[in-house]
Amino acid sequence: MSGLVAPVNRIIPFSAVDGPGNRTAVFLQGCNIDCKYCHNPETRALCIHCGMCVRKCPTGALQLVEGKVHFEPAKCVACDTCIKTCTHDASPRVLWMTVEEVITEIKKQIPFIRGITVSGGECTLYPEFLTALFSECKKLGLHTLIDSNGMVDLGVYPELLSVTDGVMLDIKAFSEKDHVMVTGFTNNQVLKNAAFLAKCGKLYEIRTVVVRELFDPAGVIESIAEYLCAYMDISMLRYKLIAYRPFGVREQYQTYESPDVSYMEQLKDIAIQVGFQEVIII
Amino acid sequence: MRPITMEKVETTRQEILDIITSPTLTHEQKLTNLAGKADSLLEVLDLPEGLEELLEPVEGKQCICDLFEGHAPMRPRYIVPDYEKFMKEGCKFLQLDAPKDFFEALNHLLIMYKHVPSITNYPVYVGALDKLLEPFIDEVDEATAKKFIKMFLVHVDRTVLDSFSHANLGPEETKAGRIILECEEELEQAVPNITFKYDPDVTPDAYAVRAIKTALKSAKPSFANHKMFCKELTDNYVIASCYNGLKYGGGSYTLCRLILGNIAKRAENIKDFKERVLPYVLDIQARYMDARVRFIVEESGFFENHFLAKEGLIHRDRFTAMYGMVGMAEAVNILMEKEGKNFRYGKDVEADALGVEIMEQIKAFNDSHEAPYCEATGGHYLLHAQVGIAQDQGISPGTRIPIGEEPEELIDHLKHCSLFHKYFPSGTGDIFPVEATAKKNPEFILDIIKGAFQMDLRYLSFHDKDSDVIRVTGYLVKKSELEKFKAGQRVLQNTTHLGTGAAKNGHILERKVR
Repeated sequence: MSGLVAPVNRIIPFSAVDGPGNRTAVFLQGCNIDCKYCHNPETRALCIHCGMCVRKCPTGALQLVEGKVHFEPAKCVACDTCIKTCTHDASPRVLWMTVEEVITEIKKQIPFIRGITVSGGECTLYPEFLTALFSECKKLGLHTLIDSNGMVDLGVYPELLSVTDGVMLDIKAFSEKDHVMVTGFTNNQVLKNAAFLAKCGKLYEIRTVVVRELFDPAGVIESIAEYLCAYMDISMLRYKLIAYRPFGVREQYQTYESPDVSYMEQLKDIAIQVGFQEVIII
Repeated sequence: MRPITMEKVETTRQEILDIITSPTLTHEQKLTNLAGKADSLLEVLDLPEGLEELLEPVEGKQCICDLFEGHAPMRPRYIVPDYEKFMKEGCKFLQLDAPKDFFEALNHLLIMYKHVPSITNYPVYVGALDKLLEPFIDEVDEATAKKFIKMFLVHVDRTVLDSFSHANLGPEETKAGRIILECEEELEQAVPNITFKYDPDVTPDAYAVRAIKTALKSAKPSFANHKMFCKELTDNYVIASCYNGLKYGGGSYTLCRLILGNIAKRAENIKDFKERVLPYVLDIQARYMDARVRFIVEESGFFENHFLAKEGLIHRDRFTAMYGMVGMAEAVNILMEKEGKNFRYGKDVEADALGVEIMEQIKAFNDSHEAPYCEATGGHYLLHAQVGIAQDQGISPGTRIPIGEEPEELIDHLKHCSLFHKYFPSGTGDIFPVEATAKKNPEFILDIIKGAFQMDLRYLSFHDKDSDVIRVTGYLVKKSELEKFKAGQRVLQNTTHLGTGAAKNGHILERKVR
């Protein structure tokens, strides 16, 4: 197997919320955009080994060894003190794992899972690792999904796509201006990926986190439908509408309003009117 | 018949008066309890020496428990009538010809349920309802079928007054089965308990998902490993009462249980437990069960005189009995402590390995004990992981991991179950409350069931942690009814009383949510 490694934030053995059926979800560390409403800000950056968290760790699971933060999982009680302490949107609990090590963790769940989903952070920052991981998964008969913000051009990784069953793609806003407002970056690449994946039958679902203060959600739904119609029968595409919630969000961005159920239902109706058939509210 | 002391008579008289004046027992509940008191005055069984002391109901000491079957059993504990024969031929005693249409079929079943005895005085098995109704289902339009099936199910819930009553569905997809699942999803009732016999090679995924959706609303059906049960009991098996695998047209004469934790307390160490203490208790429980079986078959007159037997709706030679056990977790932990080791059941492989060794010993004993009148199951009893009773404190059901000590990850919990489920053809099972997110992805549960059945798990139950109907141990209650009973009001179903005890003593509302 390849000697590739990637920073793994965590592996959830059984997940009901990362794609169809029961899946093992692998979260890779590091992200290339900065969503204001990010629900897992501790997955955004890699540790800079400043050592702040080491001093606060109540169980001694973190040590500074030769200037690097060293994590001992066996001593960790998952109190999240390190996460709360970190001012760099990182986590000292990230483990650099080989493909083989990740596969060993995944195999423990067979035959209870139908597949795996790799999320983040932004997992497409590690395309070679993903390709190697999914190739091994295919040998095990597992379904493979990528959960992505679409900022990395997936068109240049045909080998990865050949072992990927689908991509769950965030379209966080449609207009460039709104996307910059939400994430700090433009979305030309996201839309290009959306079209590309739609054309090659690998767009498993699209998702939008609904924050009314940041953009017009109804407009986003309508624009996406119009845009994707050119590439696929959008009635076959699943659209997940995710209500913004303040849990896990950085303090300065916790002030957005959580959209209520009736508003989310209205959005669902709009999505159905414009041609989506499977619309899920979360 | 042996004499009893006046002291016993006086105590019983007081207990009878307490039952009669009870503010919380319904009329039916009083009758059942009064009958139990009458029976408790008899001493007719040929009891093995040493039993009395092991049976004495002292908390923390009792080693064998006969689950209130009484001193002179007048009928088998669990009775599983051949409802298909009844539907084909009718019943002379009940003055019923075979049903001619859908409406008569429903009515016939409701009549029969009122005449099927069991330990609970209610039928512990109400039939494979999908197979019984499917031949009639196309006689009426679907809306009518659904309306009448719903009325039928409401009737059962309000007249079969405990949730040890069990219906079976599957593994084949049927229209009647689908309608029943839809109705149960809407009704959110505790009775009847339902088992879905699941076989991935027979049951279409979409139909299994239909069943899971109902389970996430009303805590039923549970899922039985059809292939596993077929291999052990042939396809002529049913799931009755809590989760008991029994022969169709037969049943179980009796069920007694070893309280392994208390048995372990008597041992000095693991060696002493295995070589001296456990063999002694295993033998006495077996001989006690032998005596009960013989009384039912040879003296009670049940099989000679009851219409179910006379009309061939049950057959004596399809009966067996269930050799039960509880408290494996406590036994293992106690023995580990006695050895000065810090291994815990459900957490450490060393502890689980000891559990498996104990199971192997119980199995070997049972395989060598010649049980009377059990030709249906090779002349031996069937092992049973009993689900506990309301009074149990510090006694975990069967081989379950104690509530509060469940492994962090569900995968580890399931792997633990896979070590033990195979030992219990007459029933075991585990219960998993799940987060509401599973409702949006019922295939999540389906994948777990498929994996579990490949790993030799036998029986699984899931419910939404926020549902009103939940599974207590093997039976169902409505949380809203528990609240009423706790507030001192009368409630319809006996199992609500038991659920209240199980919530207090067994912490069943505190299971780890997955």
